Amino acid sequence: MISGSMTSFHQFGWKFLISSKWDPTQGKEQYGALLFIAGTLFTSVLALIIAIPMAFSTSLFIGEYFRNTRMASVVSTLVDLLAGIPSIIYGLWGFYILRPFIVSLGLSAQGYGIFTSGLILAIMIIPYATSLSNSTIMMVSNDLKEAAYSLGATRLEVIWNVILPNARSGITASYILAFGRALGETLAVTMLIGNANIVPTGLFSTGNSMASVIANQFGEASGLQLSSLIEIGLLLFVITTIINAVGKFIIKKMA
Amino acid sequence: MDQTNILIEKKAAEILPDYFTGRKFKDRSFLIAIIFFSLITISFVFLIIGSLVLRGYHQINWAFFTETAPDTFTAMMAKTSGQIIPGGIANGITGSLYLVALASLIAIPFGVLIGVYLYENSEKRYASVIRDITDVLQGVPSIVVGLIVYLWVVVHITHGYSTLAGSVALALMMLPLIIRSTEESLKMIPDTLKEAAIALGTPYYKVILRVLIPTSFTGLITGILLAISRILGETAPLMLTTLGNPAINWNVTKPVSAVPLLIWQFYNDPNMVDLIWSSTLFLMGFVLILNLLSKWIAAKRNS
Repeated sequence: MISGSMTSFHQFGWKFLISSKWDPTQGKEQYGALLFIAGTLFTSVLALIIAIPMAFSTSLFIGEYFRNTRMASVVSTLVDLLAGIPSIIYGLWGFYILRPFIVSLGLSAQGYGIFTSGLILAIMIIPYATSLSNSTIMMVSNDLKEAAYSLGATRLEVIWNVILPNARSGITASYILAFGRALGETLAVTMLIGNANIVPTGLFSTGNSMASVIANQFGEASGLQLSSLIEIGLLLFVITTIINAVGKFIIKKMA
Repeated sequence: MDQTNILIEKKAAEILPDYFTGRKFKDRSFLIAIIFFSLITISFVFLIIGSLVLRGYHQINWAFFTETAPDTFTAMMAKTSGQIIPGGIANGITGSLYLVALASLIAIPFGVLIGVYLYENSEKRYASVIRDITDVLQGVPSIVVGLIVYLWVVVHITHGYSTLAGSVALALMMLPLIIRSTEESLKMIPDTLKEAAIALGTPYYKVILRVLIPTSFTGLITGILLAISRILGETAPLMLTTLGNPAINWNVTKPVSAVPLLIWQFYNDPNMVDLIWSSTLFLMGFVLILNLLSKWIAAKRNS
């Protein structure tokens, strides 16, 4: 990959990272990755913000409130199914059902953009965040919880003062790993982000992400453009690997 | 009677203010919020599957499984005359099965072997290096896997989009999942079993083949099924490696189609919209069945 992106690196150097021009017109080719980096980060951060309350609640539902009941196993099976749904199906669902819904709410004219893709990404990463934080919540020792209950604490106080401080690093790690997932998602984002080569300006603005520009332009690309796409892929690889390494490091430190 | 009523009212007056403003109220409302958000989370499953079934079922017929995908023109003709689109996704189904079979052929032996190695040598430095590499591989976005395989296989080995490249990409995605599940299910075997076999003078390779692998067999199968269900729906890496093919193909050096690739093609073609939903429903059903099957096997093992 490094050798594949060399042509583009020689041409643009470090400017590749901060330039936001992406112009495949023959003769005056100009490639910069900034707008894709921005699009990827915006959608993923938005997805994480939406996903956190859902994943947090669901993991407490399974791991604490309804622990070891039939209800919890049904919910956790459903969450696992959510993880099993392929990316392209999320994309189609977002395109044909979520997008018209957003248009009918009057939030944006076409329904494409950062918000829509962030929302669909959020649904996609909820299961990842849930399953890991759920298992760390279940690992908190019963003695601690019972001690707090015996002092007259309510369930909320036990969760807030006993479970969360003990499971904090595991929960954080699960959100970081889920964020890493969101960064690399391709097709669902491609179908919904609008594929406009601009730096997104707001929540309902269109944009483009690193993974979707590769998916969209790879077929027709050659020469310098191909090399630039490969460089974007390399960047994406480096970013996700770093994010995942941070998540794994936190888990390891906890264990 | 009156007295008990008064008593109850007194008691209620003591509790109620606390109930609406104090700790108990907070506790109660937190629980309600938790249930509310959890219900939202699981409602997505029903929303997505429900809409697929509603829109997809009327295209599913016998031809859907036996005929290859129609071209745009036939689809347009059928649509304007108000009929369902003829043809099916046979090229996608065979292609998917072919790709997954090849990928499994590559990934399962390697994955199981590496998993056994990690279990047997869990303290060694190589093991932790391999574990880290597995983690990295698992975190690589699927489109980047596609890019890497494009540079390795498509450019240098098959000189063009091919089935081989697609299955290598899928195998790379299966590998970390299988390694992990193998190691985890081996860890659940009691040590005494292995020690008993060694005490009988069994050679080392026989301990692995006759004791470790059979006892963890259901665990292995669960992991493999989950990995297959995960890669069946992968589209992005296939777009960069196998491209798609309008006809059924069994040649490893030629491009092949796959169900998710066909869905992507239908999505980009306004005449094929009706076919999208049936193929999506088919893919979803397949993935769900594999998922539930592996859950069921795991549950049976645990009970």
